[in-house]
Amino acid sequence: MAEITYLEAIREALFEEMERDANVFCLGEDIGAYGGAFKVTDGLMAKYGESRVIDTPISEIGIVGAAAGAAHMGMRPVVEMQFIDFVANAYDMLTNYVATARYRAFLPCPMVVRGPSGGYVRGGPFHSQNPEAGFIHTPGLKVVYPSTAEDAKGLMKAAIRDDDCVLFFEHKYLYRRIKGEMPAGDHVVPIGRARLAREGRDLSVITYAATVHKALEAAEQLEREDGLSVEVLDLRSLAPLDDAAIDATVRKTNRVLIVHEDTRTGGLAGEITARINERCFEWLDAPVLRVTAHDVPLPYAPSLEDLVLPQVPDIVFAARHLAAY
Amino acid sequence: MARTGTRAGGGRGARRSAAAPPATVSEGDVALTRLQRLELYYWMRLTRSLEERLVNLYRQTKVVGGLFRSLGQEADAVGSAYALQRGDVLSPLIRNLGSMLVKGATPVEILKQYMAKGDSPTRGRELNIHFGDTERGFIGQISPLGDMVPVMAGVTLTFKMRGEPRVGLVYVGDGATSTGAFHEGINFAAVQRCPLVVVVENNGYAYSTPTCKQTLAAQFVDKAIGYGIAAERADGNDVLATYGATKRAVDRARRGEGVTLVELITYRRKGHAEHDNQSYVPAGEIERWERENDPIMRYLERLRSEGVEDAALQAIDARVTSEIDEATDLAEQSGVPDALDALVGVYADPPAERPLWFREGKRDVVDVHERPEGWGTYDAPARGAD
Repeated sequence: MAEITYLEAIREALFEEMERDANVFCLGEDIGAYGGAFKVTDGLMAKYGESRVIDTPISEIGIVGAAAGAAHMGMRPVVEMQFIDFVANAYDMLTNYVATARYRAFLPCPMVVRGPSGGYVRGGPFHSQNPEAGFIHTPGLKVVYPSTAEDAKGLMKAAIRDDDCVLFFEHKYLYRRIKGEMPAGDHVVPIGRARLAREGRDLSVITYAATVHKALEAAEQLEREDGLSVEVLDLRSLAPLDDAAIDATVRKTNRVLIVHEDTRTGGLAGEITARINERCFEWLDAPVLRVTAHDVPLPYAPSLEDLVLPQVPDIVFAARHLAAY
Repeated sequence: MARTGTRAGGGRGARRSAAAPPATVSEGDVALTRLQRLELYYWMRLTRSLEERLVNLYRQTKVVGGLFRSLGQEADAVGSAYALQRGDVLSPLIRNLGSMLVKGATPVEILKQYMAKGDSPTRGRELNIHFGDTERGFIGQISPLGDMVPVMAGVTLTFKMRGEPRVGLVYVGDGATSTGAFHEGINFAAVQRCPLVVVVENNGYAYSTPTCKQTLAAQFVDKAIGYGIAAERADGNDVLATYGATKRAVDRARRGEGVTLVELITYRRKGHAEHDNQSYVPAGEIERWERENDPIMRYLERLRSEGVEDAALQAIDARVTSEIDEATDLAEQSGVPDALDALVGVYADPPAERPLWFREGKRDVVDVHERPEGWGTYDAPARGAD
């Protein structure tokens, strides 16, 4: 079977789910006639028409709220944020309304909010963000952030079928750089399970999204130059976290580096560190270390962005430090 | 029509601290049977009497949180909701107890909600009238104002997508019209031609802020022009005019003609909640509305002038009293929520959260569940007659 890109994998999932379930529909800015800013929804309107692929006004509150209302009535809306940075406009609707709906009102809210996320693309402050932490922090929401084409498709299908709201982060750096061969049949990746991206013995890198690929590159280099065997755990699901997989890798290698592209303070790495501390303290041979973005807005110029974001040499440096501890 | 125009707000002085008298009001093409007209009285009386019962329970500290009144707004709540059919869906505001009762919420549910009972509609998770039932056709509000407009846009978008002849109605206050959610929701619904009625209840105040500090628009229906949608404006203290204006909007939506903004002019005679002493209200304003423009008194006058005999009205009053007594007894018998139910139902899957390690194996670690005295706001006695 031919390989397809991460972006095409998401599109394939949308086509398959719209075909499978007439309640699935898409709404967002420029997603219909134009096919979306990145062309993720290209071809959907031609096949399913304007009533199931809705070009909306520029209204993140409006479209997330409308998706919630439709979800209450039995629909399964998929909302596109043109860039995930703009989800901040809908923060109230997602955290106050959607996240609490089932708990406070027994209202089902099966919906997906998806959008291009992340940096390494010279997108500047408003086209590069990783705003997952605020949503991971909100009970009632699920958050996934795939790093491979296979997971992009399988998790999208799982997200659409989930009975609660799933925020689906798509890494735009990976959109056309990463390819994969889709498993045959109805390929659904369960939410809440991490993926062992590389097996190793000496230390573990726990990460997700674009930095999975940075970590794999670093692992190759460390093996080549230092003879270190590095395990890489790709979380895939950020809420809920796969605690069992995290514990297993900690107990196996006893040294943990957490890498994410999001900023440092309040980022997911802090939460994972705390969980490891609570559950696996006696298994650790070194403190849990973090490689993250610096706590600054993401700048535009290549030299600036490259300094702010975690790079392969940063992971190599931190891993060597950890191995020598 | 003219009568209500001169009565609203007393009509003296140029300040726009409260709702200005409606320039034009419409009785509407109201065609209701005698039975329906008496039903409207029943719902308004039930709303007011139920809130009066809640005040008593509040003073007995049996209401756990704050108490929100709709005194003086019963007509706009009841008359607008009465324009909907079975199958239609509304989203109420904090002063739409009457709308919810019309849609099938029961007094015992309301009382249990306020008293935070374990078998209340939200099992003690939410406060006051923040609850819903999609089967009966009302969706519970949340506290951030304006948010229900986009949600109801989505509800009615679904009706349109499925070709169902159903209509949605969402209430917003004068204050919520200032929010971004209101704008985005009404504009989205307008563009999509959703079968949605947006009712702006202009009651003069958003908490303490008068309408003149909320908008420079002379009237809220002016905003409809900007959205390219239809508008209706009515005296919200006239239950028949309210019904008529809302009915026209509902019919328009059901015919597939899209969104209507309905402005109902009314007046909030109590504070934002019971703790609010209304120190910001000009002297005499509340009393004037109470004296000259009470929606229930006005409707009673009207019914009597149409020949409805006192006995029929007294029978309704008696029915309301006995229903509320019965509901109160029932509600008081209910127990508090089981503490561990707090961890159930955040997600469909997993169905429950596990207690944290320091709570494992314990049902309850607090001996007395204290009820706070209030919100920490100034708590002087409310003005005006009670």
